[in-house]
Amino acid sequence: MLWRKIARHGLVCLATLLLGGLLSAFLVRFAPGFDVDEAQLDPHLNSESVRALQESRRSQSNVVKFYLQSLERAVHGDLGTSISLGQPVSSLLRDRAPLTFRLVGMGLLISWSLALGLALSSAWLRLTVYEVLTTSLSGTFLCIPAAVLALLSVLWNVPGSLAVGMIVFPRVYRFVRNLLAKAYAMPHIMTARAKGISELRILLWHVLPVAGPSLLAVAGVSVSLAVGAAIPVEALCGLAGVGQLAWQAALARDLPLLTSITILVTLVTLLANSSADVIGHMLRGQRA
Amino acid sequence: MTIWRRVACGVLLVVVVLSLAAGWLAPAGYAKQYREEAGAPPSRAHWLGTDEIGRDRFARLLYGTRISLLLAPAAALLSTLMAALIGGLAGYLGGIWERAAMAFTDLFLSLPWLFLLITVRAVMPLNVSPLFSVVVTFSMLGLLGWTAAARVLCTAAAGLRNSDFVRQARAAGTSEARLFWVHVLPNLKPVLYAQFWISIPAFILSEANLGILGLGVSEPLPSWGSLLKELEGLVSFGEEPWKFVPLVLLVVVVTSFQLIISKQEEVGA
Amino acid sequence: MIGFRGRRIAGELLRISVVAIISGFLLPAGMLSAQNGGELRFCLHSEPKTFDPLKVEDDASVTTRYLTGGVLVRMNRQTQALEPELAETWKVSKDGRQISFKLRGGLFFSDGTPFSAEDVAYTVQQLMDPALHSPTGDAFRSGPGKVETKVASPTQISITFPAPVAGLDRQFDQVAIMSARSPKKEMAVLGPFMVADYKPGATLLLKRNPNYWKTDAQGRKLPYLDSIHMDIQTNRDVELLRFKRGEIDLINSLDSESFDKLAATSPQLVHDAGPSLDTEQLWFNEVSRAPLPAYKKEWFRSAAFRRAISQAINRADLSRVVYRGHAQPAVGPISPANKFWFNANLKPAAYSPDAALKALQAEGFWMQDRKLKDKAGNDVVFSIITNAGSKARERMATMIQEDLDKIGIKVNVVTLDFPSLIERMTQTFDYEAILLGLTNVGLDPNEQMNVWLSSSENHQWNPQEKQPETPWEAEIDQLMRAQASSADPKKRKESFDRVQQIIVEQAPFIYLIIRNSLSAVGPDVHGANPVILPPQAFWNVEQLTVKQ
Repeated sequence: MLWRKIARHGLVCLATLLLGGLLSAFLVRFAPGFDVDEAQLDPHLNSESVRALQESRRSQSNVVKFYLQSLERAVHGDLGTSISLGQPVSSLLRDRAPLTFRLVGMGLLISWSLALGLALSSAWLRLTVYEVLTTSLSGTFLCIPAAVLALLSVLWNVPGSLAVGMIVFPRVYRFVRNLLAKAYAMPHIMTARAKGISELRILLWHVLPVAGPSLLAVAGVSVSLAVGAAIPVEALCGLAGVGQLAWQAALARDLPLLTSITILVTLVTLLANSSADVIGHMLRGQRA
Repeated sequence: MTIWRRVACGVLLVVVVLSLAAGWLAPAGYAKQYREEAGAPPSRAHWLGTDEIGRDRFARLLYGTRISLLLAPAAALLSTLMAALIGGLAGYLGGIWERAAMAFTDLFLSLPWLFLLITVRAVMPLNVSPLFSVVVTFSMLGLLGWTAAARVLCTAAAGLRNSDFVRQARAAGTSEARLFWVHVLPNLKPVLYAQFWISIPAFILSEANLGILGLGVSEPLPSWGSLLKELEGLVSFGEEPWKFVPLVLLVVVVTSFQLIISKQEEVGA
Repeated sequence: MIGFRGRRIAGELLRISVVAIISGFLLPAGMLSAQNGGELRFCLHSEPKTFDPLKVEDDASVTTRYLTGGVLVRMNRQTQALEPELAETWKVSKDGRQISFKLRGGLFFSDGTPFSAEDVAYTVQQLMDPALHSPTGDAFRSGPGKVETKVASPTQISITFPAPVAGLDRQFDQVAIMSARSPKKEMAVLGPFMVADYKPGATLLLKRNPNYWKTDAQGRKLPYLDSIHMDIQTNRDVELLRFKRGEIDLINSLDSESFDKLAATSPQLVHDAGPSLDTEQLWFNEVSRAPLPAYKKEWFRSAAFRRAISQAINRADLSRVVYRGHAQPAVGPISPANKFWFNANLKPAAYSPDAALKALQAEGFWMQDRKLKDKAGNDVVFSIITNAGSKARERMATMIQEDLDKIGIKVNVVTLDFPSLIERMTQTFDYEAILLGLTNVGLDPNEQMNVWLSSSENHQWNPQEKQPETPWEAEIDQLMRAQASSADPKKRKESFDRVQQIIVEQAPFIYLIIRNSLSAVGPDVHGANPVILPPQAFWNVEQLTVKQ
């Protein structure tokens, strides 16, 4: 039964993954500027060269054909060649993925430590002034443009992961704070507190089982938020990761590269959210 | 909390009144270029100085407030409602609905929507009014910004699906629609409020970033986002501190929103 | 006499010793670092797309080619004169079809492969391959037919083109010679530096080419620098920040805002080299098949309308406000910095909204409630597109919006990402007016041939005309062809002067401003002398030293 469930889930994930690649190829293909190249504005180029440049782009006009061919190649480990950088997509991703994984991982660690720390201390202290202060703090980070946070990380010579952390932190914090506040307001937890049971015990035995699944869901989507935050941070801080690559590829309408990056991002999203779901189900099962 | 809530309401009221009184407070308007005083620091004539082509920054802040303060919460509401409907309903219904909605949400989280926005700009006429452009932009943000919350809502609603009070209500013959609306949705408030609160500044900033695609507010109309984008060019905090006023104002407004919401939240809980 | 002579010798000795003492104390920075080398660090603003010098098209690759490629002749970026490099002498035939080079002997590529005329022949044949489609190759393609190379000896070669190529010798400034035999292909170079390490998206490291042939006046091997470290950094604010912190040594093209910020604290580090060759211009869509209403096409195709718009734009304000005075109002397509080709008889359009309005009224336009209307009563409204991310262009467009508002014209400013803009400009023609800049690298009018020929793809206001649609475009075609086929500089200049005059009169491009060439050089760099031609701050890279 369990294996069937896992197999079914795997199939859904695979279908989502393939659909993600196809849809992203469609989005890129039908957005304006697909078959143009900045190079064609060079006045040195004669008409034949400009036309040759345009033709080379049009060879990928048929998205379905392009995608099927790409999948066939991908089975043999070839993800195609980037149009804008002229290098194999697989080597580009292999070289840059570790940096992004570190950036996103550290960013998540920072944002979650801060968000959990502030949300828990706020729940324990129950001070209005403290609540207003934490809200203002998270509000401030929410209102500062991501590009400014990235620039500040360069200005102050701190790692880019801190910028990613500070971009993700307020988004995570609000969900965590609200979910914890609701859990702490439940009658049995208030009773337990009144009885003088230790805060740690209340947290572990009463609050987390209630808020846990939702917090895990927040953790799952926070991975997507961090991946999204990595794009401006890498692009501005000059970090050679997948985020920077995605930005370059978007500007150059680099179809093979964008399709592969979307599939990679979809994979990461699916892994993060599925893991959150599975652990959440287990928690709920235990409670039940 | 009541005092804080009053203060928050007062702050929002002042901001709204100021923005409505923009025509009276800054009679020269947001578009007038004082070219002899371009990039000037604050003065009696220009309280927040002038921007790079000599427009009064104070006037732009006031007029920008009208657009951002009206449209960003509207878009945030739209995204919150979508999250509630898609995430909340899927979680509550469970089974194949839940699986399908979650796969759809995962897909939605991963797609490069930038290209959809570029296409939207392409189908809009070039001579579109700045206001129409900004309304379309905020609508797009609302339609695209619901995913993260939907996933959390789905999990939260799934937890409520088989809870005692829902079972009791179901046994008492309450219809599923009413069950969802009256019993499930109010319990999802913490997530819904979080989504609404986060979306307001996120959409205000996104609107400015979408300027690169020809979307958002077009010149000479101001928005908070376009004023905040000025911060991107600052190399140090010390120089031109008056450029931070829009940021401070946005933080104050966003915090006020949260203080008002959190009071509601306590009631809801 | 002896005494006098003795005094003279003593004086000479004294002078030498004083110089020695002074140089010992005052010149160590330059001299010692010349011996110790040093590393020059700066930012590339995009990824170099290729290291193959023949395929180069983007700025980052052009920079890499300049630093690594060995060329037969080099245009001195300061004097704009052509100087011998790998070729000791050269001669262009009278008909402008053939060029003969006498090469230096005993030179080697960076990997030790010897250099000879065979390599030049190989490079030219590769360059002229019709399938290559590179800007460098296309610049030589003046007519159908094959290029012939004749190697007379290892140091002598003549190259014959099927049709005359105007400014033939100058074009070789862009042709980096490749080895015909080296297994390292394009990575074997003849220039001062060679690629040592490349991390895509992050850094490009060049090391001194050990086989580089040049020496300085004292016989020391050039270049002085050991290496050049280039970071790929797209954000200009971050670049400025890193310069201020001393992490990079120079910024090649500063925007005026950054220039002033830097000048406020460190005026000795910034350089305004004066007007560059780069222009900023506005043009209307004159394409007959464009998806625009007929009445708008009629406005845009009217020279009187275009001239009136030109007259209503306050160029002095654009350069003073947007460029903070680091720009000049433009007259025509050629910058006054291009000393030989600039037509000095042309006068800038005087800013006068009143005169512009009168000219429009003479064409049947009329005002009602501060709104300009055409003969049929349509409101005069149009949009100006510019590329997103260029603050200067966005600001110029907004200022033009206010300028034209004074004569009742409503302008909508639209910023688009570059690919969307190019698609509208070159394929769908779904635009009304575009504000963009033209970066001119070369001085010769032939470099702009594809902008002016009416049949060309890059004839932006109305590309690919089967027949010139207006008499003045026909005249430009004829003049451009005439100057291209002539070897007489005076005659060429006469033809191109007339082209410039027609362009100013007909205003297919409304030239707005000419940017100044702004750069910043760190205090540790010695020998820098920024100029207007790219690569502005390090054109004399062989002579630069960096204090360690």
